[in-house]
Amino acid sequence: MRIGVLALQGAFIEHIRMFSILGAEAIPVRLPSELNGLDALIIPGGESTSISKLLYDYELMTPIRKLIQKGFPLLGTCAGMILLAKKVDGLDSEPIGVLDIEVKRNAYGRQTDSFETDLDMPFLGDEPFHGIFIRAPVIERVNPGVEILCQLDDNMVAVKQGKTVACSFHPELTDDPRFHRYFLSLVTGDVIATSSRR
Amino acid sequence: METGTWKVKSGLAQMLKGGVIMDVVTPEQAKIAEQAGACSVMALERVPADIRAAGGVARMADPKIITAIMKTVSIPVMAKCRIGHFAEAQVLEALGVDYIDESEVLTPADEDNHIWKRDFNVPFVCGCRDLGEALRRIAEGAAMIRTKGEAGTGNIVEAVRHMRAVQGGIRKLQALPVNELTAEAKNLGAPLELVLEIHKTGKLPVVNFAAGGVATPADASLMMQLGADGIFVGSGIFKSSNPEKMAKAIVKATTHYTDASIIAEVSKELGAAMPGLDIKVIPPEELLATRGW
Repeated sequence: MRIGVLALQGAFIEHIRMFSILGAEAIPVRLPSELNGLDALIIPGGESTSISKLLYDYELMTPIRKLIQKGFPLLGTCAGMILLAKKVDGLDSEPIGVLDIEVKRNAYGRQTDSFETDLDMPFLGDEPFHGIFIRAPVIERVNPGVEILCQLDDNMVAVKQGKTVACSFHPELTDDPRFHRYFLSLVTGDVIATSSRR
Repeated sequence: METGTWKVKSGLAQMLKGGVIMDVVTPEQAKIAEQAGACSVMALERVPADIRAAGGVARMADPKIITAIMKTVSIPVMAKCRIGHFAEAQVLEALGVDYIDESEVLTPADEDNHIWKRDFNVPFVCGCRDLGEALRRIAEGAAMIRTKGEAGTGNIVEAVRHMRAVQGGIRKLQALPVNELTAEAKNLGAPLELVLEIHKTGKLPVVNFAAGGVATPADASLMMQLGADGIFVGSGIFKSSNPEKMAKAIVKATTHYTDASIIAEVSKELGAAMPGLDIKVIPPEELLATRGW
């Protein structure tokens, strides 16, 4: 299996490290030719405006949208979730637009409002998953076909549609590979044991 | 729910990696920087080249300018306070800036003590010339490090020196046997715990950007290839003849830093880079990098 991690800007090395721990080959993607032969693509955290401009400048947008039409699996974290959404409040360029959700950028405020907290995600096992929220977006609305994976108070912070997953927080900044393993199981179609953190 | 933790402070710096942080003095410049793909802006009253030219005491920017810039862009906004001036830092935190740069570009307020940064909810970035200085700042709570370089000169030589010193220091720590690390911690003037950590991991515990003298796309590529996680451009954008084009070019060069054909493409017809300054002609007392320890 070959996982591409969009490496235009942001925390892409952290995702590559996490997939390596899980035994999957992960490679950085900066140019359209590097999309060939991938089984999935990760859109990492970073600055969504920077990443989206570089997506257009190096003509990655069209080939990524073509892959999506074939049901290609994607994972977006934080800025990545913003870019996967169909509708975004506060982004001046058109996002990739694969998830039928509406997202609000910087929904919790500025950096001093960034926080960590435990999240309840039973599909990952009984133990809570540690969520790191940095100038994080939230999902304000989901349309039919989108499954809510996690809620924090009244906010939706993780969703799934087909084989595409997105979250407001940063599983790649933790040492807990369960969220990445869950995504890999969607890519391969395998059923995984959800209880172990290792 | 916990705010101001080490993870969220150092985590924001991780999100800035591979990106360019640009000095801006007006909301209009901030907008240009954001449009060009900057991952963050540094809100200032004057860019370092003008601070250098003006002389006198350089202080924290007018809160009104910082607030206006924060309202204009959606990317993170940083601001500078003087070395050791924790009251300026408190003001910047109250304004809600996303990162504070405890910066040698401003006139130091305390020649002995840097700010005890762990007390703050807002994260700090600090300059360094070598590994020891980087580790002292991290020990005080800096969640991000940058080279000092020599700000406002458009001359990359000092940033290269500082980046090589940091990377060389890390390689040395990795190579030393563990029973010589206490002595090396003493030589570096750095806490043993951090020295042991680097011996084991082979990298700094925080993100390290290049700053101080970046003026062209090739400068950005050079610093990235030397191991920088990202780039600060101070005077290099808005002191060039075509800021918008220069800003876009440096952003692309930072992303595609190993692809020389892309650097060549974006370097075409950029107009004049900022006027450069030979470090040797600067009187020693006017060097900025020697401020702080």
